[in-house]
Amino acid sequence: MDYIQGIAVLIGINLIAVLGLCVLTGFTGLFSFGHGGFMAIGAYISAIVTAKLNLPFSVAILAGGLSAGIISVFIGQLTLKLKGDYFCIATMGFGEAIRIILNNTNYVGGARGWADLPQLTTWVWVVGLDIVCIAITWNLINSRQGRNMIAVREEELAAQMAGVNVFRYKMIALVFSAVMAGIAGALLANYLQFLRPTMFNMLKSTDLTIMVIFGGLGSISGTIVGTILLVSLPEVFRNFAQWRLVIYGLAVIVIMVGRPKGIMGGMELTPSGIRKIFAARRAKATLEAEIKAAERGDAA
Amino acid sequence: MSGVTILELKSLTKRFGGLAAVNDVSFKVREGGISGLIGPNGAGKTTIFNLITGVYKVTEGQILFKDKPIQDQEPYKIACGGVTRTFQNIRLFKELSVFDNVYTACHLSAKHNLFESVFRLPRYWREDKILKEKARSLLGIMGLEERQDISANNLPYGLQRRLEITRALALDPKLLLLDEPAAGMNPDETEQLMLLIGKVRKMFNLSVLVIEHHMDLIMGICEHIHVLNFGCTLADGSAEAVANDPKVVEAYLGAEEEKK
Repeated sequence: MDYIQGIAVLIGINLIAVLGLCVLTGFTGLFSFGHGGFMAIGAYISAIVTAKLNLPFSVAILAGGLSAGIISVFIGQLTLKLKGDYFCIATMGFGEAIRIILNNTNYVGGARGWADLPQLTTWVWVVGLDIVCIAITWNLINSRQGRNMIAVREEELAAQMAGVNVFRYKMIALVFSAVMAGIAGALLANYLQFLRPTMFNMLKSTDLTIMVIFGGLGSISGTIVGTILLVSLPEVFRNFAQWRLVIYGLAVIVIMVGRPKGIMGGMELTPSGIRKIFAARRAKATLEAEIKAAERGDAA
Repeated sequence: MSGVTILELKSLTKRFGGLAAVNDVSFKVREGGISGLIGPNGAGKTTIFNLITGVYKVTEGQILFKDKPIQDQEPYKIACGGVTRTFQNIRLFKELSVFDNVYTACHLSAKHNLFESVFRLPRYWREDKILKEKARSLLGIMGLEERQDISANNLPYGLQRRLEITRALALDPKLLLLDEPAAGMNPDETEQLMLLIGKVRKMFNLSVLVIEHHMDLIMGICEHIHVLNFGCTLADGSAEAVANDPKVVEAYLGAEEEKK
């Protein structure tokens, strides 16, 4: 039972980081391969606050999220004017830079890692924060600010012509995702009780992005489904030892080939989301029928 | 020429490296009027639109909107200030429904901030209702209400153009720039579009500047026409004056006549 609970907690922690990334990648259209770096910032700051300063866990979570957010503002100023792939490469560089800085900081244990952190992350913290984060993400996306982000993803130039301050909304999405990654990092540090810079390498960053894409770009419920599947999949197949990562890779490839938009790309598994899908299908069918009827009329 | 000038270009020049895409062009758009911008392919028409809307930076000269220079402003600020446009190659928010396209563009009519949105404070609810109503009424005016659930990329071409105009209107613009609104349309659709542009202009008290190759549309609705050729002004005046200008006939309309 403890084992299952452990996986559930890991899912819950990762979910927070992935939700943030879903706003950045799925809704604003910016791909990042450096969010492991923001997670690392959150994790190490939280570790410092709890282990060295002996402050309460709530302060540590807040500090972890905020410091990741503040650093993302600087990163955003430097990189958000870059187009497409260049932003992606810049985030990759950022993630690696954070890892290497931590590797060489002996105050936090350097490359050997930092053990014996206080165990403070509980079920209640993880589930509670998950609920709050899902609600906040949902409200953000379904608001005028969220729609502006989607407009940036869909057609940047047209968004500008519709009066959307593209840079500002990209920045909001980046800071939001960084804060969420920082919070997830804080939870992780005080759950595992052990930190090492390699835990936040590029593989971790790509893992997070893959969860967003796997679940479906532009879908919050898809992000949740993707996170649950991809965090638990390697555990479910743990008996196959070395094959489990092959299965993980295969699952990602199958999804990318079969459903390039991810499991639930652009759709939401909520009453209003489902209504929307059916309304769109109906409207399309009516339109096609009318066009056909008009063509028949022309021919006759 | 009577009436107030809403937009004025003063010896506007745009150079890409050694090429002057727009060279010393000056003209005025009268408030409440429909003006046309015509010229052969590559004359610099769309470049002028991109300069007015801030997509390109002006090399030399001035753009005055309501007597204030706007050439150094960010594109979104120009749009918020009341100048908006459509695109030659339609640029809708493709994956979104027709309704969401307009609903998104209505955002300037609301003032609630990020905090109020995320925590769903009273002002969010109040203003969101207004946004939805505004989007619905715009779709109604433009005859798109029956199509509001369909995703924009599934619309037929003519309706996509119409949706793009609707989206532009959602910003409550003072000046609307239409870049070849009738491109790819048959004569029937072109005529419908003409009527629609006229109706919209009266209803929203707009000034319109339109780029077009369909001469019937240009001659039918534009009170004032500016002709460009190779980035330079060729002629400027009323529809008849321009149509009878020998230089214009030679550079542009002449070629059209021969084809017929």
